[in-house]
Amino acid sequence: MNLLEIHDLNVRYGGITALHKLSLSIKAGETVMVTGPNGAGKSTLLKTIAGLVKPQHGSVVFDGQLITGCAPETIAAAGFSMVPEGRQVFNSLTVLENLRVGTGMRRNKLAVAADLDYVMDVFPVLRERALSQAGMLSGGQQQMLVIGRGLMAAPRLLVIDEPSLGLAPLVTDQVYEALMRLRVERELTLLIVEQSASRAVMTGGRMLMLREGRIVLEGDPRQLTAHQMQQAYFGYEDEPVTASTP
Amino acid sequence: MTAALQYLFDALSLGSLYALGALGIALIFGVMRLVNFAHGDVMTFAIFVLIAPTTEAVAPLWVGAWSTPLLVLTVLVAGAALSIVSEWLVFRHLRHATPATTMMASFALGFVLQNTLLVLHSSRPKAVNLWPTLSAPMNLWGARVPGLQLLMIGITMALLIGLAWMLKRSRVGLEMRVAAENFDMARMLGVKANRVILMAFGLSGTLAALIGLLMVSQTGLVDIRMGGPMMLVAFVSTVIGGLGSLGGAVLGGFLIGAVSTALQAWLPLDARAFRDAFVYLAVILLLLWRPDGLFVTSAVRQRV
Repeated sequence: MNLLEIHDLNVRYGGITALHKLSLSIKAGETVMVTGPNGAGKSTLLKTIAGLVKPQHGSVVFDGQLITGCAPETIAAAGFSMVPEGRQVFNSLTVLENLRVGTGMRRNKLAVAADLDYVMDVFPVLRERALSQAGMLSGGQQQMLVIGRGLMAAPRLLVIDEPSLGLAPLVTDQVYEALMRLRVERELTLLIVEQSASRAVMTGGRMLMLREGRIVLEGDPRQLTAHQMQQAYFGYEDEPVTASTP
Repeated sequence: MTAALQYLFDALSLGSLYALGALGIALIFGVMRLVNFAHGDVMTFAIFVLIAPTTEAVAPLWVGAWSTPLLVLTVLVAGAALSIVSEWLVFRHLRHATPATTMMASFALGFVLQNTLLVLHSSRPKAVNLWPTLSAPMNLWGARVPGLQLLMIGITMALLIGLAWMLKRSRVGLEMRVAAENFDMARMLGVKANRVILMAFGLSGTLAALIGLLMVSQTGLVDIRMGGPMMLVAFVSTVIGGLGSLGGAVLGGFLIGAVSTALQAWLPLDARAFRDAFVYLAVILLLLWRPDGLFVTSAVRQRV
């Protein structure tokens, strides 16, 4: 069964259509990379799933439960964890407090403690700076913190919006290495938005390219040609291109 | 020495009132970005449960005749309940409105509350003599301090410590802090918006009622207009402290208390009538120096 099923989603902001009849499904355990130029509707898609933006039309079914129009906290409790664009750490809180925010909906306190340990193993810098104010961390450390914070909510689907935004390439590599480790060790389903198509290719998994609120390209990035990607990215062609998935 | 001590007690007790008021404003602003101008009228409304509705000059006591613990509890609950109901009836429907809209709505709510009181009780100030023994001055190292002042300072300090502890250590405190910093992000991490907002309004209303009680026991009067000036000073205190910062609001309240008391004591006699003009002049100068208040919060930075 699909973990996430989006059907015919239409989102308009003040006259501009941000998403246009978008349908998409994600299986449990899958990694999906969403790319596309600025203003393609990538962040809108994530915000709509998270419940921050209400769609005019269409449905979002998460883990068999219809979540369209639900409050963000309800969707989070269903197992959807969002790591938004621009990091959004709680600056005035300590690293540890940041990590604890998402654990309020969890009953099993032993599992919470184990997860805290695990997150600090994946990102050792969070253990070192556990009692520092989150606002004092570097950009890369903050990115690790928000991924860790998202994990502490014990999600079934972890969604990350532009993890490489504003980070040095070396730091981006570290962040992705950690994500790949999570994918293997936690069998996490990942949905990652990334503006750079080459990063999406490196990460593997299924790739979706969005442009002007539509999916213009979908498939295994290793089987898509550079030509196809460029065409889709810059919009030389109007018909969707679909490569065969293995 | 005695004069300094006298000044200290006066400043602290006046500052306590202002700090509690500012805290009530800041709590709601923190989670909802709403400057609740009805805050003062919530206070007035809560305190009017002390007397029975009548247009006569002398009002019979209602809750005011009850035993002290029950009286205090009833007034505090009345404040909390009214504040929560106002959220439920008015502000809940304006969650996505602009700050200007919610501010106007809070003004409107304040007028509705005040005019309801006007209909029920008329505009005459009514005498309510609560705990007269508390006003008897005590001699503390040469300073003459009414017991009520000491009580006020003590209650405020205890409340501030308790509140700081709750915000720092408890789950709901953590949720209120994150909601104040970034409500959307907090909700995406499972923080229940309604619970946090309910808590903020409940606490704010309780604080408002408490100020009402302290004011009435000091002056012996209830007046349907008593909320307005209180609200104004409380609001100014939060602005001085930096909108959104709870600690800043408290400090702002004490600062205004200290400045007012100092001016009252040391201005030439002829100028004392204009004390408030001097207080607000000092506020203007402070804001020219630090336009965002003493403590700039991320909430303010995000908004500008």
